[in-house]
Amino acid sequence: MSSSPDVSIAVHDLRKVYQVPERDSGLRAAVTSLFNRKSRAVEAVQSISFDIQPGEIVGFLGPNGAGKTTTLKMLSGLLHPTTGTADVLGYTPWDRDRAYLGQMALIMGNRNQLTWDIPVADSFELNKAIFRIRASDYRTRVDELVELLDIGDLIRKPVRNLSLGERMKCEIAGSLLHQPRVLFLDEPTIGLDVAMQRRIRSFISEYNRRTGASILLTSHYMADVEALCQRVIVIHHGSLLYDGDLAELVRRFSPNKTIIVELEEGAPAPDDRIAAIIDRAEVIEQSAVGLTIRVPKAQTAAATSRLLAHLPVSDLTVEDPPIEEVIEDVFNIDVDAAPSKDERATMMATGATCPVDHGQFARDEAS
Amino acid sequence: MATSAPENRSTFDDLSPRSLLGYYAAKFRAEFALQLAYRGAMLIWLFGLIIQPLVSLVVWTTVADSNGGEAGGFTTGEYAAYFVVLMVVNHLTFVWHMWEFGWRIQTGFFSPMLMRPIHPVHNDVVENLSFKAMGLIGIVPAAIILAVVFNADFGETSFGNAAAFVPALLLAMALRFILEWTLALAAFWMTKVSAMNDFYTFLSFFLSGMIAPLALLPEPARIVANILPFRWTVSFPVEVLLGQVGSGTIIVGFGVQLLWIAMAVLILRRLWAVAASRYSAVGA
Repeated sequence: MSSSPDVSIAVHDLRKVYQVPERDSGLRAAVTSLFNRKSRAVEAVQSISFDIQPGEIVGFLGPNGAGKTTTLKMLSGLLHPTTGTADVLGYTPWDRDRAYLGQMALIMGNRNQLTWDIPVADSFELNKAIFRIRASDYRTRVDELVELLDIGDLIRKPVRNLSLGERMKCEIAGSLLHQPRVLFLDEPTIGLDVAMQRRIRSFISEYNRRTGASILLTSHYMADVEALCQRVIVIHHGSLLYDGDLAELVRRFSPNKTIIVELEEGAPAPDDRIAAIIDRAEVIEQSAVGLTIRVPKAQTAAATSRLLAHLPVSDLTVEDPPIEEVIEDVFNIDVDAAPSKDERATMMATGATCPVDHGQFARDEAS
Repeated sequence: MATSAPENRSTFDDLSPRSLLGYYAAKFRAEFALQLAYRGAMLIWLFGLIIQPLVSLVVWTTVADSNGGEAGGFTTGEYAAYFVVLMVVNHLTFVWHMWEFGWRIQTGFFSPMLMRPIHPVHNDVVENLSFKAMGLIGIVPAAIILAVVFNADFGETSFGNAAAFVPALLLAMALRFILEWTLALAAFWMTKVSAMNDFYTFLSFFLSGMIAPLALLPEPARIVANILPFRWTVSFPVEVLLGQVGSGTIIVGFGVQLLWIAMAVLILRRLWAVAASRYSAVGA
């Protein structure tokens, strides 16, 4: 496959099937398996396709076991796919061409790539030799990374003596010394405190801005995705569910809106009057000064006007629900009931509509 | 980030000796630092490498002593010399990667190695050589002390033998490393490779001359040792240094070592390509 200059990553019908040995529990099954070994084919990734442009940061979302990491491993050349093609920077990743490996990096939040027992700076020196970084570039990049990630005090310590967050910052610095043009980030902020997550997020954004690298990021922290990715790809049970704008994902997948009502001072609490005012409203939170309710999206306008008419409202805000909730809804979608791969492809290509279970939304809106 | 252009194809196209040397220098520095960080473990491993030939040395010199100073055509002093040299040769040819591959694959340790623009074998070559270089600090004094204490007899060693020992040893180091690294690739197919490793080690003990000089083995075992690569990985350099083989055998021996190395390299290259495509460490 030849890559267009406008595309950094081109994935076409990528599929990975693992053969997983299995047997029942117990001694009898163990003995039986000696003579009659059984294995099951697990389709970790089912024919997914997408393109990523140079300089794009794309969020790659899905619940545990969705196939995200398997996809990232194929794109970084670690795994060979069962079928399908991928072209990253003009290379087929699993050919593991040295020229390709010298231009990409996979950073896994739960994996250690620096040498455990020697100071971080020694591991950096080793990466300098492995990736053949010119001495002048190396010094400049180390200085920049040390400053941006604030790791000046850490690089003389052995990796084993660093905390999780400190180690992650050093891992990121070590993986970026060769200035990869394509970066795969698998849960880069996992297990880190909020301040450290924020620091790493801003660093990734800065790296993207300065180098124009394409970044594919998986994270279970929606704050990472919201802060970094305009576009998201949602994968579930190995299938691609959505590929598009993050805001559009929220708009299309969320059947509800959140209405935040502030009441005039001294006004009585509406208590159970809400049910009488708005049909199918769900009170999420209620206090002396106001309440937060969730209504079906189609009823937002009607609900707003009824609230304004029936309650002493001082302020009213309509919001999309938090992205965590939307993503949770998307993850809970019954994939088997979703449209076929071809239907999804057509819908995503045309941007027509929500590419999953229309029935569910239609039912919500009709009832 | 720095403003220079990212590495392009030409940077990595060919692995020039200069860039490989740069990698080896940096990796050696890191490895020495690592071994200095674990001096205790290093000492214990070295102790293990001394103990095994020492046991054979004590057994065989005792047998020869109790037999009037000679057994199986070797005098007590010749046994002592054999096992002292064997200890050094075994240290310098020793390879442990067979025992590490299974763990590397199961834990995902292999993943970062596979994502570097350099073949993982180079990492292991340096690990191996640096351990050997550091280990010489303990092995050489131990060999000298044992040679003196057990009156090792180097009477048959000529200057020519000493000169021929160097290439014989270097070829043995290369052969044993490539052979065992290739066998280690079995871990890509088998979850538990330790059974195979045990079998290989057991064969190697007998057929490479570690339990007893190969001259003491029955004829069929000697033939097997000659045909298989074992003799050429350990025993041969010892035989060369101690003058136990003539110049004709030495030259043939170099040829056999080179032939085995060429075959092992070919197999390694083919097998590696298939093995790497099978890599699927769960959670790696």
